[in-house]
Amino acid sequence: MSHLLTVDGVSVRYGDTLALDRLDLTIGRDKLFVLLGGSGSGKTTLLRAIGGFVRPDAGRIVLDGADLSALPPHKRPVNTMFQSYALFPHMTVAANIGFGLRQQGVARAETQRRVEAMLTLVKLQGYGKRRPSELSGGQQQRVALARSLAPHPLLLLLDEPLSALDEGLRMETRAELVRLRRSLGISFVLVTHDQQEALTMADRIGVMRDGRMAQVGTPADLYERPADRFVASFLGAANILPCVIAADGVSVSLPALDAVVRAARPGVPGPGLLALRSERLRIGNATAVNVLEGVVAELAYGGDTLSVSVRLRDGAVLRVVRSLADGLAAGAISVDDVVRVHWQPDACILLPP
Amino acid sequence: MSFRRLMLAVPALWLIVLLGAPLAIVALIAFAQPSDSIPPYAIGFTLDNLRLVATDPLYRDALVRSLWIAGVSTFVCLLAGFPMALAISRAPARWQNLLLLAVMLPFWTGFLMRINAWIGLLADGGWIVRLLGHRLLFTDTAMYIGIVYTYLPFMVLPLYARLTRLDPALMEAAADLGAPPRMVFLRVILPLSLPGVAAGIGLVFIPAIGEYVIPALLGGPQAQLIGQVLWQEFFSNRDWPTAASVAVWLLVVLVALPGLAIAVTRRRGRSGASASRATP
Repeated sequence: MSHLLTVDGVSVRYGDTLALDRLDLTIGRDKLFVLLGGSGSGKTTLLRAIGGFVRPDAGRIVLDGADLSALPPHKRPVNTMFQSYALFPHMTVAANIGFGLRQQGVARAETQRRVEAMLTLVKLQGYGKRRPSELSGGQQQRVALARSLAPHPLLLLLDEPLSALDEGLRMETRAELVRLRRSLGISFVLVTHDQQEALTMADRIGVMRDGRMAQVGTPADLYERPADRFVASFLGAANILPCVIAADGVSVSLPALDAVVRAARPGVPGPGLLALRSERLRIGNATAVNVLEGVVAELAYGGDTLSVSVRLRDGAVLRVVRSLADGLAAGAISVDDVVRVHWQPDACILLPP
Repeated sequence: MSFRRLMLAVPALWLIVLLGAPLAIVALIAFAQPSDSIPPYAIGFTLDNLRLVATDPLYRDALVRSLWIAGVSTFVCLLAGFPMALAISRAPARWQNLLLLAVMLPFWTGFLMRINAWIGLLADGGWIVRLLGHRLLFTDTAMYIGIVYTYLPFMVLPLYARLTRLDPALMEAAADLGAPPRMVFLRVILPLSLPGVAAGIGLVFIPAIGEYVIPALLGGPQAQLIGQVLWQEFFSNRDWPTAASVAVWLLVVLVALPGLAIAVTRRRGRSGASASRATP
């Protein structure tokens, strides 16, 4: 089966700045695809280009075999859930949700039935007669979702859909969105700057930088095998040390520390970078292949975790996060202690310089 | 006295001295007897003047004609002003102030000067008349042109103020849900701009009713408007009690009309809201 959406060499220029730079992307059917990036990375511009609110200067956007490029927003079988929700303040919740159906010419009784079904789907039965202003932020968010889903789009675009919710509700809503999407089978493209949100929700993630795709893959792909330094540090905290990779690809020397460590997955021989995830590092005297000695510079107690900053010989700092559930006591380490940081070869991530 | 109270006292004083007191004086004269003295009335209490104005066809016809002309002019202003306001609110930010300035620019020139300019433009020998082939000056058409021209900015400004505050995301959301531009306008922009429409109608309709300079200079000699009637009673006939009665009746109509409009829209809004609830 062919891809649902193909973005083919799309460029968008705002004055002098290139918001999207010959971007290519394919998105499969029945998937939750997350566009992840910082502000100015072009993720929202890409979403708006798919929705039809931004005209690409070059390239094509093909949905389900049909070229969307020439179609205005109202003729695209794509709906958007806006970051501000953009609910119509002069209409009831039911009229908001039914708006798309009415525009499609769906009969009145059928519209009413489907509006009721959408209200049930987002757990807002009985709220149809209220105005959006009479609802809480979380309820408004669900109305916006129901409104964009009601016309059965081929693809739903969500622009930072959870950013206006408070922390607890956000966690809950993440799981609910994923469940809902699975039950409907509609592909979602979700824009966010929150890496945790991307990792927990996505089937696939596209990390964007400067109007281009830095890397596309599953959350595990991106986290465990980032393509470069940018992706490694954007997704989860990583310690990054300059290194030289030997001809065998797995012997990695750290010239500044006069040490050699071993990696499990070979890298490209030559100068490179060694990335180490904080949670893969251990502190203690266990015998291990990869060991570096350092002095504890800082301790941060986080309840279930202890974050330790270890200053190495050359002044570089390694951040080590230990789960306190592992039997490690918070008081076992103190500042200025000399400690041994060790890790398994498969924790080494080798990156191009 | 606190600073806050002092600040409120200034406009309150302004209203009492310059609005409340003159109104009271007008009402006093409306209830007075006409006389040959100076000033030409004798204080008393009679309803004769108010009754005369309410029953004599001269005044009634002038009032009805004034309401009609003000209504038509307001409608034309709305038809012309809405696209203008919408276009300005959609223009690039750096153009908006310039365009607004263009709307207000006529105020830099004296009002009478501008109406006299229209006399020149619409005069029989002028190129507009030669182009159209029939005369314009001293007709109702010329009067409508003058009124719409004069009051158009008062329609555009409140509409612009409303339209520029509409969240562009609402229009995008409507388009996104399949609404073609026409439906985006009818279902989203128009209903949300109604407060601006109401303000614009008020700002044009109310002063247009009392207008007498434009009809006198551009309009025909036929039927008179209420403003002209009032002027004549006051200055030509020196019948201050009748003139004051015309003013009182005009005020009553001007207060009653919007009150009626509000009551009707409230009621329709209520039944309309329940109807739209039943049929999303």
